[in-house]
Amino acid sequence: MSLLAAHKITVRFGGEAVLSDVSLAIEPGEIVTILGPNGSGKSTLLRALLGILPLAAGSVSRAVGLRLGYVPQKLSIDRSMPMTVRRFLSLPVRVGDTEATTALARVGLPGLEARQMAGLSGGQFQRVLLARALLSAPQLLILDEPTQGLDQPGEAGFYRLIEEVRRETGAAILMVSHDLHVVMAASDRVICLNGHICCQGSPLVVSNAPEYRALFGLGSQGALALYQHQHDHSHEPDMVDAHGRAPSDPHHGHNHA
Amino acid sequence: MPMAARRLTRIMDIIMLDDFLIRAVLAGIGLALATGPLGSFVVWRRMAYFGDATSHAAILGVALALALQLPIGVGTLLVALAMAGTVSTLAARGWLMDTTLGVLAHSALAFGLVAISYVPGVRADLSSYLFGDILAVSKADLGFIWAGSLLVVALLVWRWQALLTATLNEDLAHASGLNPDRERLVLTLALALVVAVALKIVGALLIAAMLIIPAAAARGLARTPEAMALYAAGFGALACLVGLRLSLWQDTPAGPSIVSAAAVIFALAAVFGRMRRM
Repeated sequence: MSLLAAHKITVRFGGEAVLSDVSLAIEPGEIVTILGPNGSGKSTLLRALLGILPLAAGSVSRAVGLRLGYVPQKLSIDRSMPMTVRRFLSLPVRVGDTEATTALARVGLPGLEARQMAGLSGGQFQRVLLARALLSAPQLLILDEPTQGLDQPGEAGFYRLIEEVRRETGAAILMVSHDLHVVMAASDRVICLNGHICCQGSPLVVSNAPEYRALFGLGSQGALALYQHQHDHSHEPDMVDAHGRAPSDPHHGHNHA
Repeated sequence: MPMAARRLTRIMDIIMLDDFLIRAVLAGIGLALATGPLGSFVVWRRMAYFGDATSHAAILGVALALALQLPIGVGTLLVALAMAGTVSTLAARGWLMDTTLGVLAHSALAFGLVAISYVPGVRADLSSYLFGDILAVSKADLGFIWAGSLLVVALLVWRWQALLTATLNEDLAHASGLNPDRERLVLTLALALVVAVALKIVGALLIAAMLIIPAAAARGLARTPEAMALYAAGFGALACLVGLRLSLWQDTPAGPSIVSAAAVIFALAAVFGRMRRM
């Protein structure tokens, strides 16, 4: 039984279809990445799946009693609102001190309870958002471009953390991304989106699909390079760019029409 | 023993709320209970102009109440609700809020002042609606103020966690199974109630100031939202007491006196907050 499934959903903004006829299902324990250029409807899809946006057609179904954790794309805590990390973890459901301490330690930020949210670095902030989402013991974790604004090591570290969480808790992960490099390595399945689902499958299948190449053009080489790189050095899948292949590489010979 | 008798009468005055000063003090504290937490939300959600529009509409409510011979509180509550509802709806439809609120706030005040001039015999009382008249609070007023304030506090306490979550991020609230539209409605309702309650105390022109200034003063001293709401309530009550004193002593209008006191508290809190950080 899928945790969350979309059946031929269409979302319109002012008559214009932003998403059309999208179907997908998230199975327990898998990491699914939705990939697409800006304006491709990635965030719209997430918000439709969460039930925030009305559907023009189709339906979204959830497993009964699904526990869902959500990490929003950006959460700007207005400086006018004082908010400690500890207090933030108790929103919207109050949690005990032990749970809060454990959750913070889990995301690699032990002892940060008393800090103000507004004073955290970008990476710390994203980790606190993740800790809050983990407190509900989610079966499905939904993350909307969680590494936006992080530098390369911060991004790599965050994705490593997501993989650890999946391994430990067995939670399924649904993630939206426009960065092709690190995400591809971590995902079981990649869904390539541009208003509709262009192609989907394992990272290798997708990165070789002509639809994917048409969508991302030259950028696709980074992803392909990563995948092959992962074969070479699977113990450190995060160091990507340093090994990117040149466009003249024979592997890419069939790239562009 | 005339001495003891006088003291007894005085105590009875206090218990029976026959003393206008006691009533004024209680009115101010009652108002501050509601404006502290609600004002914090006004600051967090950047609704300052929203408060202006709603409270300026209260003058229109006064005109309506006088024309239809309704109680003033009912008239202001109805018109404040209508204005708050209008603003919420326009905001949800994506109107440019800065300009829209500017138009609505000042139009409401202007229309209210024009409308009230048609009601015979009110011109003399007008300044008490604009600037408040805390020294003339009756027992019935006091009952209305406390009932309204306690209702606002009860609403906010009941929805507190949901309101905070929705204020941080509406998508986050949605994903947690909350409905941000409903929380916005709660705040809209609370704001209309506070406007109706505060009219007698600070007057229509300065209700928004009573929401924003104590909360702003509390910001620098608080580490959590709850602490900020409590500090804001405390500062609001203090401002009412000091302003009342000033109003009585110098015969100044109540509303501006109270808001002046709040502004001084804000300045002191800002200086203290800065010193503590150094």
